[in-house]
Amino acid sequence: MKPPELNPIDALPQDKPSGYNGSFNRRTFLKLSAGTAMGLISPLTLSATQKSDAGFPHKYQKFIKEARYYEKLQHKQIRCNLCPRECVIDDRERGYCGVRENREGTYYTLVYGRPCTYHTDPIEKKPLFHFHPGSMAFSIATGGCNLNCKFCQNWQISQVSPEQIRHFDLPPPKTADTANQFNALSIAYTYSEPVIFYEYMYDTVIAGHERGLKSVMITAGYIKEKPLIDLCAHIDAIKVDLKAFSQKYYRDVVNGDLQPVLDALITMHKQNVWTEIVYLVVPTMNDGEKEIRALSRWIKEYLGDNVPVHFTRFHPQYLMKNLPPTPVSTLERCKSIADSEGLNFVFIGNVPGHPAEHTYCPSCGTLLIERIGFTIRSNHLNQNQCSQCGQEIAGIWF
Amino acid sequence: MKRRQFLKSSLWATTTMPFIPLFGRPHLKASDSSASKIILADNAGYANGENTVNSYRIAKRLDEAIAAYFDAGDPLQGWKQVVRPSETIGLKVNCLSARGVTHPELVEAIIERLQQSGIRTDDIIIWDRLSSDLEDGGFTINYKQRGVKCYGNDYLGFNAGLQVFGSAGSRVCRTLTDRCDGIINLPLLKDHSIAGVTISLKNMFGAIHNPHKYHLNSGDPYIADVNSFKPIRQKIRLNIVDALDAQYEGGPSFLPHWRWPCNTLLVGQDQVALDYTGWQIIEHKRAEQQRPSLKEAGRQPSYIFTAADRKHQLGCADPQNIKPIHI
Repeated sequence: MKPPELNPIDALPQDKPSGYNGSFNRRTFLKLSAGTAMGLISPLTLSATQKSDAGFPHKYQKFIKEARYYEKLQHKQIRCNLCPRECVIDDRERGYCGVRENREGTYYTLVYGRPCTYHTDPIEKKPLFHFHPGSMAFSIATGGCNLNCKFCQNWQISQVSPEQIRHFDLPPPKTADTANQFNALSIAYTYSEPVIFYEYMYDTVIAGHERGLKSVMITAGYIKEKPLIDLCAHIDAIKVDLKAFSQKYYRDVVNGDLQPVLDALITMHKQNVWTEIVYLVVPTMNDGEKEIRALSRWIKEYLGDNVPVHFTRFHPQYLMKNLPPTPVSTLERCKSIADSEGLNFVFIGNVPGHPAEHTYCPSCGTLLIERIGFTIRSNHLNQNQCSQCGQEIAGIWF
Repeated sequence: MKRRQFLKSSLWATTTMPFIPLFGRPHLKASDSSASKIILADNAGYANGENTVNSYRIAKRLDEAIAAYFDAGDPLQGWKQVVRPSETIGLKVNCLSARGVTHPELVEAIIERLQQSGIRTDDIIIWDRLSSDLEDGGFTINYKQRGVKCYGNDYLGFNAGLQVFGSAGSRVCRTLTDRCDGIINLPLLKDHSIAGVTISLKNMFGAIHNPHKYHLNSGDPYIADVNSFKPIRQKIRLNIVDALDAQYEGGPSFLPHWRWPCNTLLVGQDQVALDYTGWQIIEHKRAEQQRPSLKEAGRQPSYIFTAADRKHQLGCADPQNIKPIHI
């Protein structure tokens, strides 16, 4: 009988003192004894934190894995090629995301299988409105983010290093198994920014598919083309938070750039990944008519008129507490502009009970999916068609 | 005083120190000027021809530097202007690069003087970002046992309140906010591949939860913003720059071929003046080694000037108002 293949996760070192392999040989005994004796003499030899080969505390070793998408430079520097920042990082320093660290010229992710939170949410909460409506998504996040939006709702987890928050030991196969136990249809990588835990996400997508689970990424789309294309080969849907349609806003409020996000959206479209866009409308900051109109035209031209667009309501948070919540009338104005530019599925979010939470047939106007908040009240789709006029409705329905 | 003159006057001692006897040095007193005073104590750790740090020499030169800075006959008189008995004092070292860290010998010398100034050993905390960094730097972790405490921010965590100033918003470590009454800042003198130089202002990145967010635009204005957080600004009592070994290129990583035995302690309470002076030392060494200036390298530490501007007012970056005193 063929022995079971050792899962790479199981092959990672366990949380044991270095030098101990289950039994002492003479050399190990001497080494440890000498170390203890020296420790009694000189407190400088005492160690509170056992270290792995790369120098990381041993208790975190199982969450540490060599990163993908980086290049080695001179003098132990590396350049990260995961996101458009292309951080050049010195030895023992971390990237802007705070969860990737250079050690002696090798770049590591510190959050592999190390989510700081997990929860089962309706898929509507992501929001993904045209992707298996009414299904549940097992949602996970690690600490860290490659942006720093002044209005971040989850800054307590997105703007921290992994050591600063509690975490769970949930490697990819275990994540997928847990999602199944919760009867989720999909695994959602969300809350913070999944791009920064790319390796964990990628391997979990695969583990999920092996168990019949779909995967959706909730992202700001701040990712370089190569890792995105590699991910698009497997991911089932992506929701992109497009923060604004101006570089100034991206620079001043988001601490990033607009163009890479637009490029990423085009890449997703070319890779035929189901994509929805959320646009958080911040009063006076990104709600101008010209900007919303230009955004709508761009979406129609480069992504098509069937991409759902959600204009969602801002609430004062984090570093942006000086502005009021977005007036509903502003959201309605944004929707009206996008509708007039010919987008078929424009929603209003964070306003429970608003009629613009529903999906209507773009051809005959029939109410097809009725929602209140994250709850589906009725679904009148016939397969993927309008039950009244037979119009095909874009989305992933079954 | 022009920048060139400042460079000339402040650097001759540090660059020629192995060859000039101590008694031949001009010695200005603190009372000589109201300008931001910086003490540069040379021959502070290595004896001629030796490559190991001499604890006795460090302690002696530290005493002389403190006495000179506070214009006191006795270093303890100076220390008593820094701390009060029964206070808890934090020593913010720099152990990020694991090697080439704040010298434990310097820390020991400071602890001895703090004790003599009435601070209980239990009330002295050596701290930095992570306990593992401190351990890599040669310090002994001590969370709760009697004696001097030593731990990273990962032990007590960060204060829940968000500090906001300018472009920066951070949580400050509880070691600083909740435990310490005052901080003695013990930075290194190093080139920094992003910020230009890392000295006393940059060292306070080790007090916040999100330093990785503030390396954009060569750390400007973030470094000045972070140092303007109220708890940080209010608690730093004194800065002692450990420039026994300094690095003029490739920092902050430890790269031995770009290090040199600067063999100097810099002492001051004006962080901006201190960083300006340290920056000039690095520039001088870079020029000597035929490296481009930091401006030419595209990473002039403009945050030093920002720290001195009307909004921040953290100190003086005008060489005419900085008084480097060589002892």
